[in-house]
Amino acid sequence: MPEVVVSIGPQHPALKEPVNFKIVADGEKIVRLELDLSYNHRGIEKAAEQRNFIRVLPLLERVCGICSHSHATVFSKGIEEIMGLEIPPRAQYIRTIIAELERMHSHLLWLGVAAHVIGFNTLFMWTWRDREAVQDTLEEMSGNRVHYGMNEIGGVRRDLTPAQVEAALERLPALEERIKKYVEMVNSEETMLIRFRDVGKMSREEALKYGAVGPTARASGVDYDVRRDDPYLAYAEVPWNVITDTHGDVYGRTRVRVGELWESTQIVRYCLENLPAGPIRVDAPKNAPKGEILSRYEAPRGELAHFIRTNGTDKVERVDIRTPTLANWTSVAVCLVNQNIADIPVIVAAIDPCLSCTSRMTVVNRVDKEGR
Amino acid sequence: MTDPVFILLYIFIFPGFFFLISYALFFAYLDRKIAARMQQRVGPPIYQPLADLIKMLGKEVINPNGVDWRVFDAIPLIALAAVMTAFLYVPVLGYSPLAFQGDLVVVLYLMALPTIALFVLGWLSRNIFSAIGGIRAVTQLFIYEVPFFLALLTPAIMAGSWSITEIVVWQQHNLWIIFFQPIGFIVALIGLQAKLERTPFDIPEAETEIVAGPWTELTGRRLALMDLATDVSLVVGSALVAALFLGGPMLPWVLAPFWLNGIAGFVLFLVKTLAVLLLLSSIKVATGRIRIDQLNDIGWKYIASAAVVQVGIVLVINYLWVVP
Repeated sequence: MPEVVVSIGPQHPALKEPVNFKIVADGEKIVRLELDLSYNHRGIEKAAEQRNFIRVLPLLERVCGICSHSHATVFSKGIEEIMGLEIPPRAQYIRTIIAELERMHSHLLWLGVAAHVIGFNTLFMWTWRDREAVQDTLEEMSGNRVHYGMNEIGGVRRDLTPAQVEAALERLPALEERIKKYVEMVNSEETMLIRFRDVGKMSREEALKYGAVGPTARASGVDYDVRRDDPYLAYAEVPWNVITDTHGDVYGRTRVRVGELWESTQIVRYCLENLPAGPIRVDAPKNAPKGEILSRYEAPRGELAHFIRTNGTDKVERVDIRTPTLANWTSVAVCLVNQNIADIPVIVAAIDPCLSCTSRMTVVNRVDKEGR
Repeated sequence: MTDPVFILLYIFIFPGFFFLISYALFFAYLDRKIAARMQQRVGPPIYQPLADLIKMLGKEVINPNGVDWRVFDAIPLIALAAVMTAFLYVPVLGYSPLAFQGDLVVVLYLMALPTIALFVLGWLSRNIFSAIGGIRAVTQLFIYEVPFFLALLTPAIMAGSWSITEIVVWQQHNLWIIFFQPIGFIVALIGLQAKLERTPFDIPEAETEIVAGPWTELTGRRLALMDLATDVSLVVGSALVAALFLGGPMLPWVLAPFWLNGIAGFVLFLVKTLAVLLLLSSIKVATGRIRIDQLNDIGWKYIASAAVVQVGIVLVINYLWVVP
């Protein structure tokens, strides 16, 4: 069979979001590929410059439907640092609880998607069912399943009542049991091993060279986690471990994620049991002083960075969002070469891409009018 | 027995087309329901496959650009006709009135036709996903067909007959063939799963990779008929495995009024085909999709070898114990 060009996306069953790959394949082997991003530019950064700090948080929360809390937290964390605010410990703990619940539901969702792309729908159904327990907890705490609206500059908007803490703690044991089962399945289920092992291999050097972040990098043995290396919220006080793996393939990424699932349950449990008393927010001034900050956060998919510049008003002058998916894209393009066509979806899914969050800007080359 | 009215009734009403299609739709429902319950879902209501069929029959038929629509119309019909014809030689009420020496070979041939039809569909679709799917379908055919044929021909060697009905009669006098050929039974189940393109062998229509493979450009009644052909294949395949390995629709003894044998045979047919379906559905639920190169490895290294070993064992048994 001669070389054929397979165009995948922007509409394709394996991709839930718009991206286009042009894959040059020789039979079932991929020779090279071209990547086309940015089908869904939404102008969020510009819109963020028009709103004051109270109104900008709900907007930033809508950057992503899955890591919504991450975007709101990383932004308010940055602004609070510019304002020099000290956030009460109870607010820090509540933010941590929501953040880790979010990581759990994101990783459970990912595990289901990864199983679905290899046609293992049973695991997909199971993880998504168990994810409902996490979603229920989040809904109980915040009133919402997706955009929690918990953050505000200076703390959190809703307190946790003892009944909510109790209910969340009651849900945890069943969830822990299921997650233990998934850890076991990932390491022993033949149908997953056969499709995940030695697929999309990336060495530690490559991971560093292409700037991979989050579980993708940790699966290649890069021992880096913002939660430990640049502690924020309550992570410095909570006992937990950074999960790394040396396999460097999709199997390794799965192992890291299920490991993190387990760590997240333990962080949530610790925070719920040791929730400090006290106020949940401090009053923030209306305006932020002039300043610049790079606020970092470990989102479920990896390191999320917001660059914020303020100019003494109640609005930001510039906010630049670098999502973890953007950092991981180059590594996918490298991983895919010499792989099987059948492995495209699973390799792409392995970085847990969140494409619409990534589509941020279009650079136009004025000379030849070519967008990229 | 050779009364033409009886033959017509047999072909068109029972257990021919009418019963076959109803049973195939029921099978499709049961397959989906079993899978759903194992995956902790509710699953479809019992009329769902019929509703799907009627809905799709009424939908618009879209001709892709530059495709010969006559061939596109004909292919699903050929596939459906082939598997429905195959069913006439599989015993349902104890025996098939159309049985002849060599009907096993005819049934195997007719059951291979839908895969070829899918390949042609994929090739004609002028769509890259369909073409890849078609190539995968035919690659897969070459992998599973040899062990599947070997596994289904070993009962024939053992019973010393090329007629499915005679193999069933042989089992009535002796033991079920599964007791002599457990390896062959497993190979036949795997081969059947691959033939029907169900997980883990849904490689040609891998939804997340190549959209729907050869099915991508099928619409309306073409899709409905092709779907129906798959459902019917499931019934034919299960009935064939039940007949060749599980003793088929016959009790080991003869009941007093003659018509009672027919009813008992029918009940046995239902029970045994449903048992095979349960096994096939469990395989579907318990696995994910493997890659075509992995299937190539597994197919030729293990499944084909297992089938050959089974043939050897049967030859030794036949040599040592002269079959009555």
